[in-house]
Amino acid sequence: MPGRLKAKIVAGRHLPVMDRASDLTDAFVEVKFGNTTFKTDVYPKSLNPQWNSEWFKFEVDDEDLQDEPLQITVLDHDTYSANDAIGKVYIDIDPLLCSEAATVISGWLPIYDTIHGIRGEINVLVKVDLFNDLNRFRQSSCGVKFFCTTSIPRCYRAIMVHGFVEELVVNEDPEYQWIDRIRTPRASNEARQRLIFLMSGELQRKIGLKVLEMGGNAVVGYLQCFDLEGESGLVVRAIGTACTLEKMSTFPATATHPNNSSPSKDMKEPGFGEEAPGVPLSSGPPTPLRAQTFSSFSPSKSYSRQSSSSDTELSLTPKTVGIFLCPSTPALESESSPLPSAHLPLHLRPRMASRSTTPPPLHVSQSDSAMLRKSVSFSEELLLAVSGMGSGGSAGKEAGPLKALLKQQTQSALEQREYPFFTLTIFPPGFLLHVGGVVSARSVKLLDRIHNPDEPETRDAWWEEIRQEIKSHAKALGCHAVVGYSESTSICEEVCILSASGTAAILSSRFMQDGPLDTEHRLSQQPLCVFSAGSERVEGDMGSSASLGFEEVVSPGCGFCHIPYDELNIPFPAQLTYCYCCRRYKVPDVLFTTIDLPTEANVTGKGCLIQARLCRTKKKAQGEGNAMAISNLLPFLEYELHTQLMNKLKLRGMNALFGLRIQISVGETMLLGLASATGVYLTALPSPGGIQIAGKTPSDITYEQHISNMQKKINDTITKNKEQYEINPPEVVEEIIGSPIPEPRQRSRLFRSHSESSDEVSEIDLSHGKKDAFVLEIDDTDAVEDIHALLTDSPTPAGFYSCNTEIMPGIQNWTSAIQMFTSVRVFRLNANLTNQGLNKIFSDLCENLLKSLYFKLRSMVPCCLCHLNFTVAIPEDELIQVAVTAVAMSFDKEQTLENGKRSGEKTLIKAITENDEQLQFNLELNAETSSPNPLGSPKGLSEVGSHPSARAPSVDYSSFADRCSSWIEQLKLKAHTIRRGSVKTTSSMEKASPLPEGRSRSLRSNRSYSGSSVAVVKMTPLSFIPGAKIIKYLGIINMFFIRETSSLREEGGVSGFLHTFIAEVFAMVRAHVAALGGNAVVSYSMKECVFMENPNKNQAQCLINVSGDAVIFVRESELELTSVQPQSATTQTSNGGEGT
Amino acid sequence: MSVELDVFVGNTTIMDKEVYQLWLNGYTVNDAVKVRIEGGVMEECEASAEVLLSDTMDQYRTFQMCERLLHHPAKLANQLLFQIPPDRQAMLIERYYAFDDSFVREVLGKKLSKGTKKDLDDVSTKTGITLKSCRRQFDNFKRVFKVVEELKGPLVENIRQHFLLPDQLARDYAAIVFFANNRFETGKKKLQYLTFQDFAFCAGQLINNWTLGAVDNMMEDMDVDLDKEFLQDLKDLKILITDKDLLDQHKSRVNNETSHPLSLVCNALRGKTNVFNEMEANFKNLSRGLVNIAAKLINAKDVRDFFIDLVEKFIEPCRSDKWTSIDMNLYLTHYTNSAHILDTFKHHAVWTRYMGVIKSCILRMYHD
Repeated sequence: MPGRLKAKIVAGRHLPVMDRASDLTDAFVEVKFGNTTFKTDVYPKSLNPQWNSEWFKFEVDDEDLQDEPLQITVLDHDTYSANDAIGKVYIDIDPLLCSEAATVISGWLPIYDTIHGIRGEINVLVKVDLFNDLNRFRQSSCGVKFFCTTSIPRCYRAIMVHGFVEELVVNEDPEYQWIDRIRTPRASNEARQRLIFLMSGELQRKIGLKVLEMGGNAVVGYLQCFDLEGESGLVVRAIGTACTLEKMSTFPATATHPNNSSPSKDMKEPGFGEEAPGVPLSSGPPTPLRAQTFSSFSPSKSYSRQSSSSDTELSLTPKTVGIFLCPSTPALESESSPLPSAHLPLHLRPRMASRSTTPPPLHVSQSDSAMLRKSVSFSEELLLAVSGMGSGGSAGKEAGPLKALLKQQTQSALEQREYPFFTLTIFPPGFLLHVGGVVSARSVKLLDRIHNPDEPETRDAWWEEIRQEIKSHAKALGCHAVVGYSESTSICEEVCILSASGTAAILSSRFMQDGPLDTEHRLSQQPLCVFSAGSERVEGDMGSSASLGFEEVVSPGCGFCHIPYDELNIPFPAQLTYCYCCRRYKVPDVLFTTIDLPTEANVTGKGCLIQARLCRTKKKAQGEGNAMAISNLLPFLEYELHTQLMNKLKLRGMNALFGLRIQISVGETMLLGLASATGVYLTALPSPGGIQIAGKTPSDITYEQHISNMQKKINDTITKNKEQYEINPPEVVEEIIGSPIPEPRQRSRLFRSHSESSDEVSEIDLSHGKKDAFVLEIDDTDAVEDIHALLTDSPTPAGFYSCNTEIMPGIQNWTSAIQMFTSVRVFRLNANLTNQGLNKIFSDLCENLLKSLYFKLRSMVPCCLCHLNFTVAIPEDELIQVAVTAVAMSFDKEQTLENGKRSGEKTLIKAITENDEQLQFNLELNAETSSPNPLGSPKGLSEVGSHPSARAPSVDYSSFADRCSSWIEQLKLKAHTIRRGSVKTTSSMEKASPLPEGRSRSLRSNRSYSGSSVAVVKMTPLSFIPGAKIIKYLGIINMFFIRETSSLREEGGVSGFLHTFIAEVFAMVRAHVAALGGNAVVSYSMKECVFMENPNKNQAQCLINVSGDAVIFVRESELELTSVQPQSATTQTSNGGEGT
Repeated sequence: MSVELDVFVGNTTIMDKEVYQLWLNGYTVNDAVKVRIEGGVMEECEASAEVLLSDTMDQYRTFQMCERLLHHPAKLANQLLFQIPPDRQAMLIERYYAFDDSFVREVLGKKLSKGTKKDLDDVSTKTGITLKSCRRQFDNFKRVFKVVEELKGPLVENIRQHFLLPDQLARDYAAIVFFANNRFETGKKKLQYLTFQDFAFCAGQLINNWTLGAVDNMMEDMDVDLDKEFLQDLKDLKILITDKDLLDQHKSRVNNETSHPLSLVCNALRGKTNVFNEMEANFKNLSRGLVNIAAKLINAKDVRDFFIDLVEKFIEPCRSDKWTSIDMNLYLTHYTNSAHILDTFKHHAVWTRYMGVIKSCILRMYHD
């Protein structure tokens, strides 16, 4: 009996009137956990009952504690008929099971009914007494902390990052059970809600077990998803990154441990052989890293087979090894051949410098089962390039015999190597060494009924395949790990697209060590900087790639850009140049990643949200034919999305994408593709070329004019964008620097015509390679459309920035005003639209949505919409649904300029020190290149030039600097007049941002205490709260709600219905966080929003799943105990932002 | 091709004051969009009409959802559905309960019944205020009325606490409730020149001096009804006009007072001999008017005519004699005070209580 759960029902308020005659309610409460139910007394005739019950005690296994929610039902007592339910509250007690999280749940929680929504509130107290369980064979994993945050949580330190954990559980969907025909919608909804609660609990517990087995104590970047497969069932799956975390004391412990950092430093220098303790592939004797990094994937895979099977003995859903031996397991080479015609091999893709493997060609192979599988996309050459890969696929199958042996020496570090994946997107400094590019894999499957819910192996196997593919893609990029990894599905009827994507990367070994070495791994760059120049001359071959990492020490701002793959054996055509920061290592011309911008990265200017949107019609089909059609369409969809992204990136004068998320949604008659990312200009990467349009044969003069007009427009836009995003990269000419790959600066070409097709393009695209007139014609009209689409992307209005990453480069001084929001739009299409028509509509839909957001949030200007997360869906034929969740954060403009300048200076100083030898060249160059080249490389402020003491006599510099400083002057003046005497804020930079926040908040909170009894709970999709420090994580919030109505019109139509529902979901999240004692939710996301309507029947139904981390934060200013002076001006501004 | 669904939900509920006002004013979404476009918000924010429409609809929906909370403002503070900063809550409530003076003049003193509500479209046509807005204002009156009707304690305070209204607004509502409860006639043509604020002032006087609550805060049935006992006592004042002696005495006292050489204030009045003379001539009529009003107040029907009586019996005669408000003030002061010196007059307390209110009401109402 390892746990006692205690619950006390205190009171209710705002209850609905249940008795028409008296206009009152006779309420009582049922408290249920597992199979035990307690009841309170009936509190007669009141809408604000005071039950003040005794403590109801449940004595239960901790396994149940993890799986089951506490269920509280409020009912109206009826003497003559059945008692009417008022509503329910599900309480996830998981946060109480972890000693470091919450200790009590206490507060007002909304009483929720799936038909009527929130119906009053109930005040409850819940506690858990947990007894220590020493049973080694326990099946619970109490105490493992879960975080949605995709970085190391703020008040923790990562001692070790163990790696990838995944699990899925399946069940029948109650909505599709026979009993659903005879029960009420309410009963059906409640059954579903409860089931999903149970399943997520079970899932979390199982993942926890895996983590414990690996020796970890936490899961970071926990991502849980539902697949509503309809008839065939309900899948709940989750992935995450297992870590060992340690709570940080208020004062950071000794930052670096000399004993640790210096030996490792010494080791790194000589070569890879000695780096062994770095990336531990086993926890046993340290094995040489270099030798193992790549070749060990396959063996490790087999270990993990064992691991997953070993946990089957513990878990409720046993898997057998046999499954992995079944013929459907992907054998990489063999499968790439069957349908070569459908292939769009990797290297054929256009300039996929970094994103090489993203659109894996799909082909359908009707193997044994009815489902379709997709083969791995690599062509043979690639596989050859990656040594040791050839055997990778099959090696895993021999796991069986090893099992027994390995079970005894289960090595956590080994297991996690099955998939060297990390769901993290932000890393401790020094962890991420190199980024190869985006890797992704998709697979189209036919759903069939899950016959035995306890054996979800088909679903497991599906994901298995995909993960294998991702792994091999990463390997082809010379990377040993995948970071920023995520998985998703899109389901339409019986077809399901599974997708996974991540960023191939090379990681530092330090966080993956286990055993005694891990004592103090606070990373700081200083000690590492000692060994800088010269240590890293080896470069280019695979072997060095990991040790390349250390060059990042030389220049932390550019290291991650340096290519990890073999220059002579590039897996795709890319133009490599020497890094523009350090000049030592090769960098690609563009870089696409799924991670957040590393904090140490050198960035020029600001970033912006870049989206590629695409619609493709598809014939209605059934079963395999349908799946086949979809898989045939997918590569083209991805190709076009990629082209769009690339063009838009260049149009903004940027050269890298972060946070790339490509979503493909399938409907009955169309496919939707939406790629979102944040574009930035990485200083280390070459400046992107412009975009040139080439017409057909220059016969028609008007046509030519048209073309040149277009060209002009495009060039203007580029110039304008560069100005807007303050992109003024240094003008360097690579010839001088001496690139060994003297690629002439090539303009990226929108390949539009036969005659103009550059060799580059023809190389890239096979289908285009076999071009004929027909293809050309189509391409041509497409081209015009594309260019239009390119130019119709409206610029963000003044004062706004947007990104889909955590932070916007170039903006540091956030104020405390944040506003999280969710916006949903559903668009009805006309029948019979062409692809272009659809594209335009879809694109307009997204654009308009963004415009609306800017308008709504105009009172927060200057502000940045961060973490703009778009989700598209096709709820039914001819409907497109777009949902956005993001946070608007306002910042202090005045300091932006100065800070920007400051950071610019900082990087500059760095750059200067590094570029010493080249400086003279720079000088000459600037003088030479400043005037000619009208369309060419961007002008304006070079980084060197922006430094006040810069030696480069750049023409544009002085004027810009003048303008800049005069702005600052003006703003300063303004600020002074507004703030009346708050000179301190403007003069001291460090203190500046926290101070006003502190003031405004303290004022606000004072008021809220007096004015309202409801505590303010902030919500944000980011992992932090600006100007505040998170002092405690209270546990994960993972809630699932269903709402249904049969009086749609009366509730304000579909918009009214959904508006209320989303507001209710927010309210419930806030209430639960407040009950845990928290004042904010970070890393909040709405993972599911399934909306169905039937206006004819006046009905609608919606399912929403949200998650996040409940936290307690305190203002930095409060921490510092800054004296709080009333300051009217600042308070007003921040309040205004907050309130509106 | 159409937007089927379009919602925006913020963690902190976003509310635009301007749109809120348009909503309160009863504009349709389309009209509101037009007004906003004319207001130039589009140029300011680089928005299109589409964006504006979407925003307006969204805001309207939010307000509609909030409306039921606004009916019980106390709930707004401890509800969980919308996270609204306290200052914003106060703004929402204040504006929701704000009303148009021209509207309130139409319904002031009327029974807040369904019948009156049915006539609101006439009021709407007459005042140019949208029917929707009229209904909201009417419902507010009715809601406040219903809540405070049964409550004990001071009326203004009750309203302020239950509806979280600022002081001035609470006073106005107290006036409205008081008028509705006593059904004072305010719609007659002769009363048209009076503003709501005039009536509200008078209501304040009556509430503070003539109700039970005025004597004892904790008395049941408090502020809404006039003090019956007091009304009964007012009958005794009749002696001032029925007793010939007393009437003459009173008249001469007033005349003496006003003509007393030492009374500096009287100098002004004395200068205007014709006013003085007319006053002298009218004294009996005026005094009879005021005392008769007092004596009749025991009848509910006459209470309703209180204001019309004041105007007809006192204000109009004075106005036709071209008195200034200073004249009026002087006269009423002396009229009140001199009664106390009368030998046989015993009802000093009632007289003071009565005349205090009458004087300030008349002074307030004495304008064009």
